[in-house]
Amino acid sequence: MSALIALNGAQKYFGAYHALRDIDLEIGQGEFFSLLGPSGCGKTTLLRAIAGFEALDAGSIHIDGHDMAGVPANRRPTNMVFQSYAIFPHLSVAENVAFGLRKRGLDAKTQAERVGGALEMVGLGGYGARAAHALSGGQRQRVALARALVLEPKVLLLDEPLSALDRKMREQMQGELRRLQRHVGITFILVTHDQEEALIMSDRIAVMFEGGIAQIDSPEGLYRRPASREVGAFIGQMNFLAGQVRSGTDGFVAQIHGLGHVPLAAEQSAEPLAAGAAAFGMRPESLSLLFDGQAQAASEATGRIADRAYYGDMTYYEVALDGVAEPVTISMKNMVGQPVLSVGDAARVAWDPRALIVFPGPGTA
Amino acid sequence: MAVGQARGQGRGLRIYAVLYLAFLYAPIVLLPVFAFNDSTIIAFPLSGFTTQWFVELADVPALHSAVLTSLKIAVVTALISTLLGICAARAATRYRFPAKGGIMGVIMLPLVLPEIIVAVSLLVVFLQIGLELSSLTVILGHVLICTPFCIAILNGSFQSLDVSLEEAAVDLGESGWGAFRLVILPLVMPGIIASLLIAFTISMDEFIIAFFLSGSDPTLPVYLWGQLRFPQRLPVVMALGTILVVASVLIIILAEWFRRRGVAKRGGSDSGGFL
Repeated sequence: MSALIALNGAQKYFGAYHALRDIDLEIGQGEFFSLLGPSGCGKTTLLRAIAGFEALDAGSIHIDGHDMAGVPANRRPTNMVFQSYAIFPHLSVAENVAFGLRKRGLDAKTQAERVGGALEMVGLGGYGARAAHALSGGQRQRVALARALVLEPKVLLLDEPLSALDRKMREQMQGELRRLQRHVGITFILVTHDQEEALIMSDRIAVMFEGGIAQIDSPEGLYRRPASREVGAFIGQMNFLAGQVRSGTDGFVAQIHGLGHVPLAAEQSAEPLAAGAAAFGMRPESLSLLFDGQAQAASEATGRIADRAYYGDMTYYEVALDGVAEPVTISMKNMVGQPVLSVGDAARVAWDPRALIVFPGPGTA
Repeated sequence: MAVGQARGQGRGLRIYAVLYLAFLYAPIVLLPVFAFNDSTIIAFPLSGFTTQWFVELADVPALHSAVLTSLKIAVVTALISTLLGICAARAATRYRFPAKGGIMGVIMLPLVLPEIIVAVSLLVVFLQIGLELSSLTVILGHVLICTPFCIAILNGSFQSLDVSLEEAAVDLGESGWGAFRLVILPLVMPGIIASLLIAFTISMDEFIIAFFLSGSDPTLPVYLWGQLRFPQRLPVVMALGTILVVASVLIIILAEWFRRRGVAKRGGSDSGGFL
């Protein structure tokens, strides 16, 4: 698969502020790619650089083999869905969607067909004559999508398109956007600060911190094999336990303060295993509470419930483990006939050593 | 009970409001009263109804030429100051540049500068550079005092525009100018029309600057002032004043209507304006 979009050494400064730090990135044809990071990490700047609204200070952007240096936004094979949707309020829905087609020299009938088709595709068939300013948030977003997709761009850029919607609508649109992308087969690049949204929708995700890319991987890869503590903490939740990696007779061993030692496998670390201080990451679902009468697990610890958050389908416990400095978060599916423990209750905790992720270096943060 | 309390508290304010409005508008109401009064003496009791003064207005050539001069000056002033206003409002809302606050402050300054000072200074400057007093010098003076009003109106129009709208138009293939013409201009058009009408109105009844700078072609207010020296002409002046008041009110209402329509068109909520 040759890359549709290739960025090499992209740099961008706003005054003294280093907004993009040496970005190398390849995105394939038909990929649903997300730029994920906290606000101010440079993800929107990167998207706007691809769109042609920001000029790079160094490095290059190639789209479909063509260098985009000096190519203005209106001549790039990209279209954008803006965070505010930027629907033209003085035009009807159909006029909005037809806006970019005006310069294509289509006859009126073909243009009307394509506008109708695009509106049909986003589920707004029959809305063409409506005034744009009378639409709801979800409808405006669909118009923005239709307006961009009707031009059949090589790349569709989406700048936090779901952040203005309420939760229910957002969840619905996540599914719809994914289906739409599969249907049209156009490369989508989505900017979001919502890690759940990125995990749900993307083929691959680039996690960005402070202008640089920390890791590019599939959603599963990011969650299971975070390359750094920052990525591990940003994608989902992660407990960090202090300890050491030791080399034993049968390979490497994790020595965790308060929990003893367990064997390690090579794939539990992004870098080759080496002896020394380390933090061991563990997802909340890799730990579980053992209730009365349940058999002993291979790796077990005892502690006390320090806090509890009940979510209906799940309960998240903060458990202070005996001999461990920081409390750990444990998520439990709420099964019928299984008690929900209260703050202060004694707890038996089973954990799976295979779920440990090794981050070399001292400290747990 | 809460409503009753509010009523009790509101009484003092209401009396104040009525007195305030009476003070403000009673003199203007007197204008049409005496314009239709059948006497050359401006005093009560009224002596009868007549439209004689309006008829007399029709055959005063000097008046007609003053009206034409004023119309000409007002139209040109409205066009120039609105154009300047568009440029300034766009710069103020869209671009960042050094000393922006100071520059905008200086542009808006004529709004609070005493007009007599502006008029005298302009007179001195024009005489120094050898510019002959004419309608042109009045236009220059009027542009100076009208532009801040135009900027104030247009700023509101430009400020309420989402920056992404212009970017979206460019993203969809338009050039910068195309985006401005197809998206920005239609959206600020109600503001532009309101600005034209306000500038026209201000220029039309401005006296001090016109008095100092109009030379041998008096504008309507300057001509009117000249007529006040002849007591027997006073009712005619009243008649003319009545027409001017009605016309001004109509134009202001029209301007506000355009501004509100603009707000409604964008589906926004109203946030002030001049009326």
